[in-house]
Amino acid sequence: MKKVVRGFYSIAHSVKLCKPNVIAAYPITPQTEIVENLAKMYSNGELGDCEYVTAESEFGAASILVGASAAGARTFTATCSQGLVLMSEVLLNAAGMRLPIVIVNTNRALSAPLSIWNDHQDSMLLRDGGLIQIHVETNQEAHDMVPLAFKVAENPRVMLPFMVNMDGFKLTHAYEPVDLLDQEIVDSFLPPYEPPVYMTTKNPLTFGSYAPPHCYAEFRVTLQNAMMRALDEIEKAYKDWAEITGRYWGGHAVGEYTDDAELVVVSMGSLTGMVRDVVNEMRREGKKVGLLKLRTFRPFPVKEVRNALKNANKILVFERAVSFGYEGPVGIEVKSAIFGFTPEFYSFAVGLGGRDVPREEIVKIIGDVYEGKVEQGFHFGTIKEFEEVVV
Amino acid sequence: MSFFGPGHGACPGCGLTIATRNVLEALEGKCFVSNSTGCLEIVSSQYERSAWGVPYIHSLFENAAAVAAGIELALKALKRTDEGKVVVFAGDGATADIGIGPLSGMLDRNHDVIYICLDNEAYQNTGNQQSGLTPTGSNTTTMPAGELMPGKTGRKKDMISIAVGHGIPYVATATVAFYADLRRKVKKAAEIEGAKYIQIHTPCVTGWGIDGKQTLESARLAFETALYPIIEYENGELTKVRKIKDRKPVEEYLRIQRRFRHLFKHPKGQEIIRILQKIADDNAAKFNLDV
Ligand SMILES: Cc1ncc(C[n+]2csc(CCOP(=O)(O)OP(=O)(O)O)c2C)c(N)n1
Ligand SMILES: [Mg+2]
Repeated sequence: MKKVVRGFYSIAHSVKLCKPNVIAAYPITPQTEIVENLAKMYSNGELGDCEYVTAESEFGAASILVGASAAGARTFTATCSQGLVLMSEVLLNAAGMRLPIVIVNTNRALSAPLSIWNDHQDSMLLRDGGLIQIHVETNQEAHDMVPLAFKVAENPRVMLPFMVNMDGFKLTHAYEPVDLLDQEIVDSFLPPYEPPVYMTTKNPLTFGSYAPPHCYAEFRVTLQNAMMRALDEIEKAYKDWAEITGRYWGGHAVGEYTDDAELVVVSMGSLTGMVRDVVNEMRREGKKVGLLKLRTFRPFPVKEVRNALKNANKILVFERAVSFGYEGPVGIEVKSAIFGFTPEFYSFAVGLGGRDVPREEIVKIIGDVYEGKVEQGFHFGTIKEFEEVVV
Repeated sequence: MSFFGPGHGACPGCGLTIATRNVLEALEGKCFVSNSTGCLEIVSSQYERSAWGVPYIHSLFENAAAVAAGIELALKALKRTDEGKVVVFAGDGATADIGIGPLSGMLDRNHDVIYICLDNEAYQNTGNQQSGLTPTGSNTTTMPAGELMPGKTGRKKDMISIAVGHGIPYVATATVAFYADLRRKVKKAAEIEGAKYIQIHTPCVTGWGIDGKQTLESARLAFETALYPIIEYENGELTKVRKIKDRKPVEEYLRIQRRFRHLFKHPKGQEIIRILQKIADDNAAKFNLDV
C-alpha cells in the first residue's frame, strides 16, 4: 500500500513486520523518532510478544541486544553519531560473537564541534569492525532493507550484525511515498529466527570465550569468511526480494552509463539522487559521464566496483566523511578496488555536518572534473573563507 | 558434568571460584551466566577448555548487567523463563567503577536477574590496581604505598547503599567464609522476582598477599573486625545482620595481608589504621553487629 510517510516511520513499520523479539531503545537525534514509533506500537500492543526496553545508554542498549541475541532472540536497535560510537565496543564484540543484531544508523556527523546533521563520519568509524554496512538512497529502499538485513544477518552462512545506514534528516525526516510492506509479504520472505546455537540450559555452551594466540587468528579468519560469503548471500536475498515484491535494488553497486563513460561519478546515500539527475542532464548534453551508486560498503563489492570502473578515464567520488590525515574513506576503498587501473582520480568531501549541497555545486564539480579543470586528489566542497588560528 | 570446573586455572585458594561454585550449586545449575571480563572469566572460559557447565556468556568488562538484562528479556519474549535464572558474575571493578552505568540501568528497570559482585577489592586480573571497592590504605599498583602516599586514601565505595537506593527487592553481602549463609542468600534471591544484588567478599591470594591457605581466615577476619558487615536488605529494609561475638581490632585483619603491611611502619600508617577502625566501629554501630 503506497503511502506518504516519513523515513523514520518507514523503518518502524518495517521493523514491526519483522517480528523482533527484543528491541532496545535510546534517544538520539535524528534517530529518536524510529524508537518512539516502535515505543508507540509496543504501548498499543502491536508488537506481539516483543520485549521493548529503554536502556540507560546506547552502550547499554547494544549490550542488552548481545545478551538477547545470544539467548536466541531476533534483535533490533537504531542509533547514530555519538550513540553509534558509544555502542562501538559492543557492536565489534557482537560481530566477533557472530550475533545477527540489526541496527539502523541514521547517519549524523561526529562531535566536536557538535552537530546533529547528516554526514557519514559515524558509520565510517566502524568500517573495520565486522558489521555488514549498506547505505540507502530513498525511504523505500530503507523500508525494504530492514527485512533484508534480518534475512542476511540471520543466514547461517553469515551470522553477523547488519547496519542499515540512512542519511539523518535527509531521509529520516523526509516525506516520501513508500509502498509499505504487509505482514504476509514479510512473513513469506523472513521466517522466524532459528539460531544455529544459542544459550540454553538444555545444551550449556560458552559464548565469548577467551582465545590465546594459538586459536585467536582462526576466529578472525571465520569472521572474514562470513563477511565475504555475505556478498553472495546479500545478492541472493535481493533476488528473492525482487520475486516477492517486484523491487530489485540492483545489488551491491549500481552502474549507470558506466560502459562508455569517460568520467564515472561514485556516490553513496541520499546524495545519489541529485548526482544522478546531474549525470542524466550532462548525458543529454552529449557528455560521457556515468554514475556508480555504491550500496554495500562492507563487505566491499570489489568485483562490481572494478567492473563498473574498468572503462573510465576519470573517477570522481563524492565523500560524506574524511579519514583525517589521508582523504575520503570511499575514495580510499574505490582506489584500492581498482588496483591496476590508472584513471585520473578525484574525490570531494561535500555536505559535512549537514551543509547543504546545492545542485549547482554538484554541477560545477562534475563539470570541472570532466573538463580537466581540477587537480587530481582529495578536495573539500564549498568551504567559506576563514582564518585558521595556529599558535 | 559439574556446573563449574574442573579445568579452571585459578590460583589455589582463589576466593572467586569458591563463591562461584557455591552460587551455581545453590541454583542447582538452573541458570544463565553473564560474566564480565576479569579474573573469573580468564581462568574459566578459554576456548575449548571452558569450565562452565551452565550456559555462559562473556561480552565485555563493563556490560555484564546489560547482557544479563538482554538474556532475561529474550527468555521472556521466547517464553523460556522456566529454563532458569539469569545470574551475573562481575568483579568489583566491573561493578563499582566501569560498569556502574549498565548495572544501575539493570537495577533501575528491575530485571529478574541475580547480580553477584565478586569483591576481591581491586582489579586483580590485571595485577592489583585500585578500584572503587579497594579499602582505605590498601597498597595497589596504581596507588602504591610510597614515601608520601600510604596506599588508597579514599573510602571503599558503599555499593550496598547504592543498590538499596535503586529500590530493588533484595540486597545482601556475603562472604566465602560462610558458605551456608551464601547459599541461603542465593536461594532466597532466586525466589524473589526482580533485581537482586549480592556482594560477596572473595579474598585474592596474589593481590592481597596472603597464603592460599589463608583465604577463609582472612575473609572471616574481615567479618569479625566489622570491616565487612554481612547484612541483608529486603525491599529496602535491613532485615538481617550476622552478629559478631568478641569483635576483633582491625589490626588482626590487616597484619596478615601484604597489601596492608606498610601501614605498620609508614608515617601515615597509624592514621589510616585509625580510620579503618573507625569505619569498623561505625559499621558495628550502624548495623548493630556486636552481641
Ligand atoms: C574497557 C576495558 N578497560 C580495561 C580493561 C582491562 N581489564 C580487564 S579485566 C580488568 C580488571 C578486572 O577487575 P575486577 O572487575 O575487579 O575483576 P577481578 O579480575 O578483580 O576479579 C581490567 C582493568 C578491559 N578489558 N576493558
Ligand atoms: Mg576485583
